[in-house]
Amino acid sequence: MWWRSASFILDGQQHQNDGVAPNPESALLSSPSMADSALNPKSNVSAYYQTRAAHHAVITSDWLAQAQAATDDGDSLGSEAQIGGKGEGSGKAFSVIDEFNNWRKQPDLAEAVAAIRALAAAIRKSEATTMMELEIELKKASDSLKSWDATSISLTAGCDLFMRYVTRTSALEYEDFNSAKSRLIERAEKFGEISCKARRIIAMLSQDFIFDGCTILVHGFSRVVLEVMKTAAENKKLFRVLCTKGRPDRTGLRFSNELAKLDVPVKLLIDSAVAYTMDEVDMVFFGADGVVESGGIINMMGTFQIALVAHSMNKPVYVAAESYKFARHYLLNQKDMAPALRPIDFGVPIPSKVEVETSGRDYTPPQYLTLLFTDLGVPTPSVISDELIQLYL
Amino acid sequence: MDTRRVSRAVPRVRQVGFFTPNTPAQHPVPTRSQSGPPTSDSPPLSGSPASNSLSPVMIPPARHLSDNLGGRTAALPVPRHGNAGDHAIVGSYNPSESVLWLESPTRSRIGDEEFSEGTDWYRRSNSAKFSSSLPSGGFNLSPVKQPGSVAALEAKNPLPEKSEAQKEQASNSKPLKAKTTKAERRALQESQRAVKASSKAEANKSSTPGGAASSKPMKQPQQKKDGPPVASSVAASERIGVDRPVEKERKKDLPPPRMQFDDVSRVGKAKRRSVLNQPEARNRVELFRHLPPHKNGSQLPYLESKFFELHEMHPAVYKVGLQYLTGDLSGGNARCIAMLQAFREAIRDYYTPPEKTLNRDLTSKIGGFVSFLIECRPLSMSMGNAIRFLKSRIARLPLTLSESEAKATLCSDIDRFINEKIVLADKVIVRHAATKIRDGDVLLTYGSSCVVEMILLYAHELGKRFLVVVVDSRPMLEGQKLLRRLVAKGLSCTYTQLNAISYVMHEVTQVFLGASSIFSNGTVYSRVGTASVAMVAHAFGVPVLVCCEAYKFHERVQLDSICFNELGDPDAISKVAGRVDLNYLDNLTDKQKESLQLLNLKYDATPSDYISVIVTDYGMIPPTSVPVIVREYRKEYLLI
Repeated sequence: MWWRSASFILDGQQHQNDGVAPNPESALLSSPSMADSALNPKSNVSAYYQTRAAHHAVITSDWLAQAQAATDDGDSLGSEAQIGGKGEGSGKAFSVIDEFNNWRKQPDLAEAVAAIRALAAAIRKSEATTMMELEIELKKASDSLKSWDATSISLTAGCDLFMRYVTRTSALEYEDFNSAKSRLIERAEKFGEISCKARRIIAMLSQDFIFDGCTILVHGFSRVVLEVMKTAAENKKLFRVLCTKGRPDRTGLRFSNELAKLDVPVKLLIDSAVAYTMDEVDMVFFGADGVVESGGIINMMGTFQIALVAHSMNKPVYVAAESYKFARHYLLNQKDMAPALRPIDFGVPIPSKVEVETSGRDYTPPQYLTLLFTDLGVPTPSVISDELIQLYL
Repeated sequence: MDTRRVSRAVPRVRQVGFFTPNTPAQHPVPTRSQSGPPTSDSPPLSGSPASNSLSPVMIPPARHLSDNLGGRTAALPVPRHGNAGDHAIVGSYNPSESVLWLESPTRSRIGDEEFSEGTDWYRRSNSAKFSSSLPSGGFNLSPVKQPGSVAALEAKNPLPEKSEAQKEQASNSKPLKAKTTKAERRALQESQRAVKASSKAEANKSSTPGGAASSKPMKQPQQKKDGPPVASSVAASERIGVDRPVEKERKKDLPPPRMQFDDVSRVGKAKRRSVLNQPEARNRVELFRHLPPHKNGSQLPYLESKFFELHEMHPAVYKVGLQYLTGDLSGGNARCIAMLQAFREAIRDYYTPPEKTLNRDLTSKIGGFVSFLIECRPLSMSMGNAIRFLKSRIARLPLTLSESEAKATLCSDIDRFINEKIVLADKVIVRHAATKIRDGDVLLTYGSSCVVEMILLYAHELGKRFLVVVVDSRPMLEGQKLLRRLVAKGLSCTYTQLNAISYVMHEVTQVFLGASSIFSNGTVYSRVGTASVAMVAHAFGVPVLVCCEAYKFHERVQLDSICFNELGDPDAISKVAGRVDLNYLDNLTDKQKESLQLLNLKYDATPSDYISVIVTDYGMIPPTSVPVIVREYRKEYLLI
């Protein structure tokens, strides 16, 4: 049921496959398992990466609009069926996932923040009459959000955090329901604001670490890292950025584009040239999909190997991540997480007997990271667990 | 051992520096004495206003020392407050001292000898003696006065005493008044100590050094409280006497130091008050002499025969102690639960004696039980934590509660501790750890940990398909017990010895280990052999999961397995049960035995680098987060 509502992009791809302008990503898929990806999106492509692709890959805005138009009815259909029991008596059914998808479309909004906004909306629209009922409803909403895309760490973490933040208050028990509810909404709004501000805070904090004349290696397209670079450029810092190309979705290309707009000297590397250029690099900057309990990060494929190279050449590795990405997971090794699959185009047809590794992200253990830039400060990786313990226990 | 002695003697040398401002040539290395804590609380030092004219070696005695001591001793029964005032007036020149000195018969000879060496020596012996020989003196109250020697001494004494006083007064340009408060405190404290010591001495007199066991229990609580040691040799008593204030001060903010079993005098003391026969430590490995020697089950009949002499021991505690001794009870959780249940029984049967309060009396009673249990087998960290919990609960009992209510509260507290911190915690750990087991895994475990066993069984119940490798080692062979239970439940297992660990490790996907305790720096203290398993796993890139309840976490930091450990029966490793042909170590001559040292350690410390994750009841945490748990939850559970 869920996959009908899953992603407007996928539906959009389906729509486009019929004719007009084929999306290069999907058109060039050649492995047989990829070929039917359009039919069964979930099993092959992580929704998280679809969103990211929509936000900052080659897709144009009019394409988005078109895709949106094509999927709008499908969306509501699916979600209505999913959360059917929710708005029982009322005529219009509210769906968190709709709300979430709406928020998600804003390219500057992180997935977790979108989830937070959606949950806040869920509180607002709720017709519960008791606190308990409201809490249960909220729990259901967050569960459905989480199960909508189990591969996204930041979505899960954002939902969990929101639940903690909103419900963990002793004052709630002493008030009447309406004021308690408005207080909840207030908190939700405040939390959304904090999350939005997080990126600015991180950018400010990181300025001390970027010095004039430094060379920074960046991997992947992270909005936080971009914000950091932007702020540094505004502060008239002189620095150079090396971007990896970021196969398979070419996030590095896009990132270098953005930096070029800021007049920051940029150099593009292919992903395999990292070790070759590492000696001229002063620091490595990553974003993160999620920060796990050990203090390690989950990020785009290739992060781990860059961190390894940097570690062996004694270069500092900095990670910029908002605190809503902290997740209570503990990974023992790379295979310990649910793989977030995404399509890879090799440019040439690949024989059907050849297997393709389509996982989109890897796990970098904490010992390879130097510092994390978060909106809570600049801790070492081992402090993450401290924060999480205080947050969740 | 000799080196240790020397270092302990340092404070005595320092005294010389303190008391001879005019002879700086005799000063010991100044830096050393400065780095040490203020040792002496003998009157001339603290009371002497001459301090400003002294050499840099002189450290003004810490103010809080005397303050605290004053506060502390005030709590003890002090029958002689009146005297304190008398002493106070005289300031630095303290007559009580000279009186004591005169009245101390054992000391007099030494004093004589040392006169010839000069006043500083005299002073030193005086101050040293002050603490240790007070017992026999005890002001005019003392029943152990020996008039003959006193008279003999009195003739000699006035001379140095006077000269000392003169000297001090001469160098003393400041008015005495400013210092009177301190002197007052000092004098008060001394008198109190004297009283305490004299009572001790009396007790000592009544029992010969051979140690009639029957009188021991009565003395026990007293001696535990850093009372002046009753030493047979002068040198020892002198040393300890000087040492004592240091220890006293340290005790305030630190947990009491562990008994070091290579410290002859302390061991002697412990032996005299112990219930069990301490086996004479023969041929122990030099590096591990500070550890308590292993007591084997052969003492059981002896202890049984003493059952009726140990009036204070509750039968339940006694039973648990015997089980520890014989090794019938093993495993951190089992031992802890048994101990707590025994304490619960004891509390249930407890009645507050007349003229005592439950809070204090019960605490000391529990302390007595604990020291009995320690004698049977050294406590584990987890048990220490549990005892700490119980004692804090007792201390926090509101005074308004009636006795039966208080007892009921304590019993339910104990039950709650067992339930929440051990039983439920295990369940949570099992849930957490089972999420990391996937189909097709090969799990390795070492020894026998009850949590790991529960995890494996739970995962098996969930229908996960995995293999288990049980690694074991001599002499305990605990793995076989685990293996038997696992096989009975239908798990497919492989059994191997620790020697083959590197051979099996590359097939393993995860290593599950139990722990006796985890320290603040993430060091895991566990059955000996665990460290090598973890290291091999680390070398092979296999994740190591340590499963441990949070009540076993300890705020101590330990870097090696030498400082704190437990010795097993040395015979267990020299003989192989059932193998008559392996008799290479039998029938050694006495001389050969002299040069043979057997070391059977029971635990080892695994550095945190080799540990991927600690599975605890608060979730899965990296080893770096142990102090977080200790900080956040230790307070809480002491408060519950």
